[in-house]
Amino acid sequence: MSSLTVKDLTKAFAATPVLTGVDLHVPTGSFTALLGPSGCGKTTLLRLIAGFDDPDSGTVALGDRVVTGAGRSVAARRRGIGFVPQEGGLFPHLTVAGNISFGLPRRQRRDGGRVRELLVLVGLDADLADRSPHQLSGGQQQRVALARALAPEPSLVLLDEPFSSLDAALREETRVAVSRALVASGATAVLVTHDQAEALSMADQVAVLRGGRLVQLTDPRTLYRKPGDLDVATFVGEAVVLDADIRGGLAHCALGALRYEHASGDAVPDGRARVLLRPEQLRLSAPDPSSPVARVRSVDFYGHDSRVWLELADGAMVSARLDGGELPTAGDDVSISVRGTALAFPAAQDGPLQVPAPLG
Amino acid sequence: MAALALLPLGYIAWYTLDIGWAGVRELVFRPRVGYLLWNTARLVVGTVVCCAVLGVGAAWLVERSSVPVRRIWHVLLVAPLAVPAFVNSYAWISLLPGLDTYTGALLVVTLSYFPFVYLPVAAAFRGLDPALEETAHGLGLSSWAVFLRVQLPQLRVALLGGSLLVALHLLGEFGALQMLRYPTFTTAIYDQYRATFNGPGATMLAGVLVLICLVLLLAELRLRGRRGYARTGRGAARPGRPVMLGALTVPALLALAVLIGLAVLVPLGSLGYWMASGASTALDWGVLATTTGTTLALAAAAAAVTTAMALPTGWLAVRARGRIATFLERSTYLGSAVPGIVVALALVTLSVRVTPWLYQTVPVLLAAYAILFLPRAIVTVRAAVEQSTPLYDDVAASLGSSAPDRLRRITLPLLAPGIGAGAALVFLAVVTELTATLLLAPTGTTTLATAFWSASSALEYGAAAPYAVIMVLLSAPATVLLSHDARRGLTT
Repeated sequence: MSSLTVKDLTKAFAATPVLTGVDLHVPTGSFTALLGPSGCGKTTLLRLIAGFDDPDSGTVALGDRVVTGAGRSVAARRRGIGFVPQEGGLFPHLTVAGNISFGLPRRQRRDGGRVRELLVLVGLDADLADRSPHQLSGGQQQRVALARALAPEPSLVLLDEPFSSLDAALREETRVAVSRALVASGATAVLVTHDQAEALSMADQVAVLRGGRLVQLTDPRTLYRKPGDLDVATFVGEAVVLDADIRGGLAHCALGALRYEHASGDAVPDGRARVLLRPEQLRLSAPDPSSPVARVRSVDFYGHDSRVWLELADGAMVSARLDGGELPTAGDDVSISVRGTALAFPAAQDGPLQVPAPLG
Repeated sequence: MAALALLPLGYIAWYTLDIGWAGVRELVFRPRVGYLLWNTARLVVGTVVCCAVLGVGAAWLVERSSVPVRRIWHVLLVAPLAVPAFVNSYAWISLLPGLDTYTGALLVVTLSYFPFVYLPVAAAFRGLDPALEETAHGLGLSSWAVFLRVQLPQLRVALLGGSLLVALHLLGEFGALQMLRYPTFTTAIYDQYRATFNGPGATMLAGVLVLICLVLLLAELRLRGRRGYARTGRGAARPGRPVMLGALTVPALLALAVLIGLAVLVPLGSLGYWMASGASTALDWGVLATTTGTTLALAAAAAAVTTAMALPTGWLAVRARGRIATFLERSTYLGSAVPGIVVALALVTLSVRVTPWLYQTVPVLLAAYAILFLPRAIVTVRAAVEQSTPLYDDVAASLGSSAPDRLRRITLPLLAPGIGAGAALVFLAVVTELTATLLLAPTGTTTLATAFWSASSALEYGAAAPYAVIMVLLSAPATVLLSHDARRGLTT
């Protein structure tokens, strides 16, 4: 077990810069998710940490041991980093047991006990040991890949979008099993994903990567409630973003005068600004002239909750997330009240923001 | 390696330049060449058309209709490949001496070669997404319209590939046509070579033949086009519901039975007849054993050499994609589109002139085999390399495995089946190779094919039969392999 420290890492392929100065610290025993849209450089970062590629500059250290940087590069096989690739990457010519024991010293390979132990650790039946990889389901393959990576007791485990090829039900089940196995083994882990729900639900801390740069590194709750900027805010969850006028300690916007907090350390000056609310902060009630009124455009019903698309008086579209039974129907007029506080951002943030619109 | 593969082509080009335009005109523009051209062209066109009709029809029946015992028909339809064309030809002409006509030649080569179309088309049928056909039926199309408008366009690549294979094989075919006394370029080159030894006449005929082969290759590339047929969605296609034949089941079975009867039972029956009753069967077990031993040793050496050469080419083609790798790979294919007789002729002449100490030695013969059969090995090795992605290397490295360790525990085990299959295909191709062996084998070295050839040329049909039987028995495993995986070894 050791911590991982990445300092000022840069990497370019041909003339295209992929990483431009990434700093990241992963404490010992923690689970960190690297979250970002496709093409933001997260897989490249993972490969540099694993030692499959060399960075142009910057350092990677495991604990106090520098493995890349300052003119030296430790070969991947000497780093002691476990790697779980996207589709599992199980060796097709070996059985499950052969795969799991691949990285063990020769003496331990014959010992079936260790393989059984690892199979149990990842929540699989020990009877699977003699199966071939192609006889396993996708989720089972991922768990075997994790067991294989954990077998030599690595100082760090890297997971490269391990759940993206699984269907929804299997993904949830595999996530839970993987989380448990990682906690039980006490391993330090880094998970690459583009799925914000996965990052928020599994990780101790989330690193948001955008355009080859680390834009925010914090725990999931803070990330969701106090995102560093509006792009991060919309990336990590559904958002209601409105123009506002800050005066007298309140943000005046299409939803009325709201209490607000500052997004980051710098206070937002009085005047034009933008405010962020999460859809679950909106409450709907029967029309009441004293509060803002909106018209229901459509309702997406999910069973456990629903999303209601609302058209405000000024024509803006916002969504509200409602649980429970009493749902309005399209065409109804409703009053909106806001729970909790809004988050205020400076107005001059890069360009107009794309807020998703309802389908149809 | 590319240099070796392109050697015959280079030789022809160099020779042509050497004798100059006047020489070329004198040797090429004469009635004899016109006659050969007409003979070759009408046989190629006739055979390709017949093979296409038989191959597509049989593939549709086996893959898409409710014809009973489909698996057995599939194996039987591939079985003609186990009988070398010249053995098939011997089987027919020894029973019906009147077959030395255009129709006879067409019949015999069609029966030998139609599996070249059947196999890729059947594989393509299997790969077609039945959802497309169901959608077409849903849009109101009849079974026939579905075949014409949905299936046939998607089969185009397979059908063209198979037809090209038939045409190239036929252009290089020597034994079968010589035995049927049907003159084409290949037989004329051989006769010319035997008569005058290395005359410019033979080389110029070879030049014309190579030109035809190259034109065919280019035509196929143009016709194939750049369009791919993508299937959206992942995973294996669901098997479709076969078309019910109903009252047509009996005629369909009858048609398949007649085809198999002509293509498999007649040659095997004829072989059996000559084995059992031939008056000239004074079987010398010792000679038979020696010949078999020589053949197996040559085939094993050729398989080892060719596979060893295929490994780096196949590896480069997948792992280091680029112009040079593509060029290397393509050039080996180009080299082997050249008929065996031309390869042999080029190697004879070159070894006589440049390296006399190599003339009529085993290395030259092995070089010819390598040029002829390299693509078969490359195709299988390449497929194996494609399956073993660099990801496995990365994962193994992250588990602490060193480079030699990775080679031993990951790369070689993953490539082994491909290497083995490639070697087996080359081995079996060499066992039944006739043309190049006739011209290049060291004096006193006889293989099964050449021993068979000299006996049957002397009309000692009974003495020839045992050699043919051994060749058929040795070829059978390759045929089973092919019926399992249609893509392997078919790109000649």
